[in-house]
Amino acid sequence: MAKELWKGNEAIAEAAIRAGCDCFFGYPITPQSEVPEYMSVHLPKAGGVFVQSESEIAAINMVYGAGGSGKRAMTSSSSPGISLKQEGITYLAGAEVPAVIVNCMRGGPGLGTIQPGQGDYYQATRGGGNGDYRTVVLAPSNVQEAVDFVQEAFDIADEYRNPVMVVMDGLIGQMMEPIEWKEYKRRASTEKPWAAGGKFGRDHTNIINSLYIEPEACDIHNQHLTVKFNLMAEKEVRYETVNCEDAEIIITSYGTPARIALSAMEVLAAEGIKVGLFRPITLWPFPEKALHDLAGKDHVKHILDIELSSTGQMIDDVRLAVEGQKPISYLGRAGGMMPSVEEMVDAVYKALGKEVK
Amino acid sequence: MAIVYQKTQGLTDAEFHYCPGCHHGIIHKLVAETLVELGLLDEAIGVCPVGCSVFAYNYFNCDMLEAAHGRAPAVATGIKRTHPTQAVFTYQGDGDLASIGAAEIVHAAMRGEKFTTIFVNNAIYGMTGGQMAPTTLIGQRATTCQNGRTVEQAGSPIRMAELLSTMDGCVYAERVCVTDIANLNKAKRAIKKAFQKQMAGEGFTFVEVLSTCPTNWGLTPPKANEWLKENMVPYYPLGVIKETNTEVK
Repeated sequence: MAKELWKGNEAIAEAAIRAGCDCFFGYPITPQSEVPEYMSVHLPKAGGVFVQSESEIAAINMVYGAGGSGKRAMTSSSSPGISLKQEGITYLAGAEVPAVIVNCMRGGPGLGTIQPGQGDYYQATRGGGNGDYRTVVLAPSNVQEAVDFVQEAFDIADEYRNPVMVVMDGLIGQMMEPIEWKEYKRRASTEKPWAAGGKFGRDHTNIINSLYIEPEACDIHNQHLTVKFNLMAEKEVRYETVNCEDAEIIITSYGTPARIALSAMEVLAAEGIKVGLFRPITLWPFPEKALHDLAGKDHVKHILDIELSSTGQMIDDVRLAVEGQKPISYLGRAGGMMPSVEEMVDAVYKALGKEVK
Repeated sequence: MAIVYQKTQGLTDAEFHYCPGCHHGIIHKLVAETLVELGLLDEAIGVCPVGCSVFAYNYFNCDMLEAAHGRAPAVATGIKRTHPTQAVFTYQGDGDLASIGAAEIVHAAMRGEKFTTIFVNNAIYGMTGGQMAPTTLIGQRATTCQNGRTVEQAGSPIRMAELLSTMDGCVYAERVCVTDIANLNKAKRAIKKAFQKQMAGEGFTFVEVLSTCPTNWGLTPPKANEWLKENMVPYYPLGVIKETNTEVK
């Protein structure tokens, strides 16, 4: 199929419609507002429902109602808005309601900036809401991946009866790139006999609920959820490696900085430095074993983690995976500033204890 | 032997957990009977709140969703917009609806969402042990205003039926109570009318039911009934607050 030029946010909205999204509930926030704008025009034409909610909190709860009554439901927002949605996300996970949530990430903390950021890694992977739960977190690094992952996210959500997040730094939402509308491999269609969509002759009521007031019942419910989370951790891990076979230093990065790293790697290769890229595609489940094994190779001397974050967040998972086998350095920028190719090259030289050329 | 009375099919056989003298049980019954009488039970989808009626999903014999505190109108919006021909209702208390969920109920009414809200106002937080609610009366004692609510400290109680009736999308708002048979019958008629107007696609419908909380008011059930009539009714007047006869397109 011919390639088409699409803006990231509009492309993910179109992708959701093509994936059979029944309804979208959203609230304006930069840099994701093109998603609800596109949905308001195109989703009703496709027979779906669009509602602009009064708040992010209301939007995620509309998703809960629609998803809980059996529909394919989606919302999107950007970082401060995702903070507000966290209450709803823990209820979705607790009540086992499938949903797709897109975070077009900007810089924080607080209002921060409307420029791209990756400071929501903890929020996405640790669960910003209360209680023990996990969501599969897909992190595209270009518009094509964003389109592919959003479509697949609906299937993953339905398969596990769990919310799925797609997180991308604002750059991917805002930029235009050529993409291809591929026939993605759909998972087996999932019936929803559990949905609270009206009895219509059923001999029992369906209840969507996360309340288990008796200690033993709540423990059993948590154990049940944990079995499911473990299954996701086993089956849904995704990552990409580039030039890792004989690399002396491995860059760990995702989203936009992982793309800049590819340019830095070309510069370094020309200067005789063997650099590999390890790019987690699922931030949860984190590709822990793959990174652990790679860090254990004799040719790998150092790990350099690069994020759009001042403190570094994914670096915690990198440390957990590397388990002290090799030293780890960090390069991070915040506020929408991108680490440049030159900064990355310098950071590699510094990490390896070599003179910068 | 002739059957003169039996429990409605709109309720399950689960035993209510409500305190003696609490009106939730009666109000549940009226809603459940209405769903059966209008032939809506099989298609109805209900949303219950956080508060004393948090377990309502165990009692209503229709599909139910448990919402986060105050969010029931947003949840119901998601349901009704994707199931536009089906009966959808929220059942909420005063802490849930008038305090933490004020934005959700106001905007659902503003949008004219075509579901019915049953609002149970007992002027106190029951489930959490008797704290002050936005509906707590001036001078009424609660665990967070132990000398009685004052205007200076907490403002004046909120009248939700009147507030929501200012919105064009709200086509019906009535306040009722169930302290005696006459009022109970009026409450039943109000609930029925709300669902009928919902099913006619007219807009948002709202029934506020004044209710007792003998446990947290520190009164016996009969005295709680009297207290409601003497103190709540003068501040929260009974009757139709708004009824719009909309032409259904």
